[in-house]
Amino acid sequence: MKKTRNQKAWFMVLPVLILVAFSAIIPLMTVVNYSVQDTFGNNNFFWVGLEWFEEILASERVHDALGRQVTFTAIILAIEVPLGIFIALHMPKKSGFWSSLCLVLLALPLLIPWNVVGTIWQIFGRIDIGLLGYTLDKIGINYNYTQNALDAWITIIIMDVWHWTSLVVLLSYAGLRSIPDSYYQAAKIDQASGWAVFRHIELPKMKGVLLIAILLRFMDSFMIYTEPFVVTGGGPGNATTFLSIDLVKMAIGQFDLGPAAAFSLIYFLVILLVSWAFYTVMMSMDKENDI
Amino acid sequence: MAKITLSNLAHSYLNNPNHDDDYALKTLNHEWTDGTAYALLGPSGCGKTTLLNLISGLLTPSKGKILFDGNDVTELKTAARNIAQVFQFPVIYDTMTVRENLSFPLKNRGMKKDYIEKRVIEVADAISLSNILDKKANGLTADIKQKISLGRGLVREDVSAILFDEPLTVIDPHMKWQLRTQIKEIHKNLGHTMIYVTHDQTEALTFADKVIVMFEGEVLQIASAAELFERPEHTFVGYFIGSPGMNILPVTIEEGNAVLGGHNIMLNAKYKKLNGKIELGIRPEFVTLTNDPFALPVTIDRVEDVGHYKIARARFQNHQINIILNECDEIKSATTHVIFDKKKINIYQDDWRVKP
Amino acid sequence: MKINNSAIIIVLYILFLMLPIYWLLIMSLKTNQEILSTFNLWPENLTFNNYKVIFTDPSWYGGYINSIIYVVMNTIISLSVAIPAAYAFSRYTFLGDKHLFFWLLTNRMAPPAVFALPFFQLYSSVGLFDTHIAVALAHTLFNVPLAVWILEGFMRGVPREIDETAYLDGYSFFAFFRKIFLPLIAPGIGVAAFFCFMFSWVELLLSRTLTSVDAKSIAATMTRTASASGLDWGVLAAAGMLTIIPGALVIYFVRNYIAKGFAMGRV
Repeated sequence: MKKTRNQKAWFMVLPVLILVAFSAIIPLMTVVNYSVQDTFGNNNFFWVGLEWFEEILASERVHDALGRQVTFTAIILAIEVPLGIFIALHMPKKSGFWSSLCLVLLALPLLIPWNVVGTIWQIFGRIDIGLLGYTLDKIGINYNYTQNALDAWITIIIMDVWHWTSLVVLLSYAGLRSIPDSYYQAAKIDQASGWAVFRHIELPKMKGVLLIAILLRFMDSFMIYTEPFVVTGGGPGNATTFLSIDLVKMAIGQFDLGPAAAFSLIYFLVILLVSWAFYTVMMSMDKENDI
Repeated sequence: MAKITLSNLAHSYLNNPNHDDDYALKTLNHEWTDGTAYALLGPSGCGKTTLLNLISGLLTPSKGKILFDGNDVTELKTAARNIAQVFQFPVIYDTMTVRENLSFPLKNRGMKKDYIEKRVIEVADAISLSNILDKKANGLTADIKQKISLGRGLVREDVSAILFDEPLTVIDPHMKWQLRTQIKEIHKNLGHTMIYVTHDQTEALTFADKVIVMFEGEVLQIASAAELFERPEHTFVGYFIGSPGMNILPVTIEEGNAVLGGHNIMLNAKYKKLNGKIELGIRPEFVTLTNDPFALPVTIDRVEDVGHYKIARARFQNHQINIILNECDEIKSATTHVIFDKKKINIYQDDWRVKP
Repeated sequence: MKINNSAIIIVLYILFLMLPIYWLLIMSLKTNQEILSTFNLWPENLTFNNYKVIFTDPSWYGGYINSIIYVVMNTIISLSVAIPAAYAFSRYTFLGDKHLFFWLLTNRMAPPAVFALPFFQLYSSVGLFDTHIAVALAHTLFNVPLAVWILEGFMRGVPREIDETAYLDGYSFFAFFRKIFLPLIAPGIGVAAFFCFMFSWVELLLSRTLTSVDAKSIAATMTRTASASGLDWGVLAAAGMLTIIPGALVIYFVRNYIAKGFAMGRV
């Protein structure tokens, strides 16, 4: 569709600009401001240039948190995306009572406040009162997420899979539903195998929504804070201290404003760069499809 | 290639059909001769796609049998029936090149590599795709995509029939004609049995050797284009085919003549006494203006110029009569007289044609 | 539904999703004593006491009220600024439109943790700390970009000819917008509202940072109670169950739109 050029359209965008300026630009400026200054308290600030950035980039603590974060995001993407596609492929094909019921039940975890997700799994995994922890303990598996780093990781990963796989399922399902029946009929006539149908029909048609799913899961898992905070508080030790948890510890817990601000900016920049790469790929694919 | 026999075939989408109206396709007996091009013609929802899907095996009929060359295939799956189908919206495998698309059905059937290569080139030549064989199928235009899906059917030498489900729907108008000619050409050269579903009469009449006109789940007539024009078996066929369609006028039969609103119309043949709803059908092409004061008096409401001919919308009492005017005809006054070519008149009893 | 592999897989997966919720539910119906002493899949002494605690204690039910207030405020604010902006993006090109659109989206990518402290300082300095509007405004950070994105997708699906026909018919811009355009994209507005509601409802970090007493959200109430007493599992479970209900209701009402919204490729 051809759009008209009209500079007056700016007026329609103005409310959004003012609002977002208030809720994004001003706070971001504050962060930038902190990131280049130091203070001895009493609101006395002085210029330190890029010192904080250097400190953060060299900080082992931040490196470790980043390492954990990347590992976590990689693991959950590797589980949730294939699992989500797999579940979507087995969803009821016809719309009706069953598919509606499945959709509602699937979407339920997405609508639970994140701290409650944390609470649910915190309880569920406890060896004294939780179904999962108790059962594992009784069948002789030594499991304790508050003390064992590996158990904590497993718990948080299962929790995230529980919480977010449905998003991938819903997106893939929508992608699958947009495939006309005639594609499946043609595949039958061509005697295509189940794998060929998936590889040459379903996967290409899901490509667009899958990229969105991966982008969203990347962004949100990279920012994860509430759920692991509630379950493990970043522990045991620092085992599940991801970037956001570390940042909040630094900014609000220790009130190290300078380093925290520099940390924030680097953190934001990393997400932005990866997302921008995604966005570019998506846009170029959109164009390809338009031809 | 095969002869397809439909025996007492009927289909309903309901689980327990008990009324005639429950059937999307009413009981049908027919034999499709090998190598003939058929067109299934009818308005949307007349059951033509249902019939097509029954033949291709995408649907299993509620009643009756389908035989290919005398073998019962009613229970066979689509793949086992060896048919090819071209759908309304082009179905191509986006990720593959044109060549890979064409070889896909053969690969799936485990054919040898050099045979596939040879066969793909043959078919690509036949449908003039040779020069784009190594292009990605994704970026091509709709008419080329349709050719690729046709090609995927043609590569299989043993194909029993090629089915087309309104294949020109998404094709640009100026390409429609070209693609249709090409399909017709392929039919002539390769001699496949072809079944072509459409709601466009021009497409059906120009493509097919035999046209099957359907309405509300029922086959009304199976005939060549000329027969459909001259002797429609059902008033709907008369009305649906032709532009404008046949004039259908309520009459009574008295002493060998038809009487329309107190006016006698000469008939070519004697009809026996008829009961029920009696109608006379005459195509606008066979209605002519005359100065004869004893002919049927009509009032001309308006004249439409559709380019190569003119249509007069006329009225006799409150009956609409369309007339296709000759080039030399001139309308001098609003009231004039018309005569019907008596050799071209058909008489219908309860919508079905009666023989004299 | 025929019993086949697909059905088994889906049932198993849904079982996996429901089990922890089921555990929370039965825990909320047990007494603390039973929770800690015996292990069973169904409460021996069914009790609604935990729920009674929540409905009678203002510090508990106040949390729900506060949460609903700022969530609704946020949804209204987000939609009312996003609708005109999405219209502009879907219909016109203007100086810097593409950069602006991407910049808006970047705000969806901003980690709330980055903004927690500056928000706290900003809202404290303008005297909005511990008010509903502060949380509502803070949540616009990620909800406005999202709403613009979703709505733009839906609006792009409405042919321009409709706008033009309406102007030819003598509609003013506002009359057209209100009487013709908005009803046409009602599903889009529904989907956008659903996501605004959802993301505002589930967020904890900002709502906890920006409130202390008067506008304290239910999420914050829960975490603070958990850390303070730490032992009242029954009430905590009941509170958790009650937070699931609004989400379940909302999803039930928009269930038919969700697939559609997802199908447009915009979330």
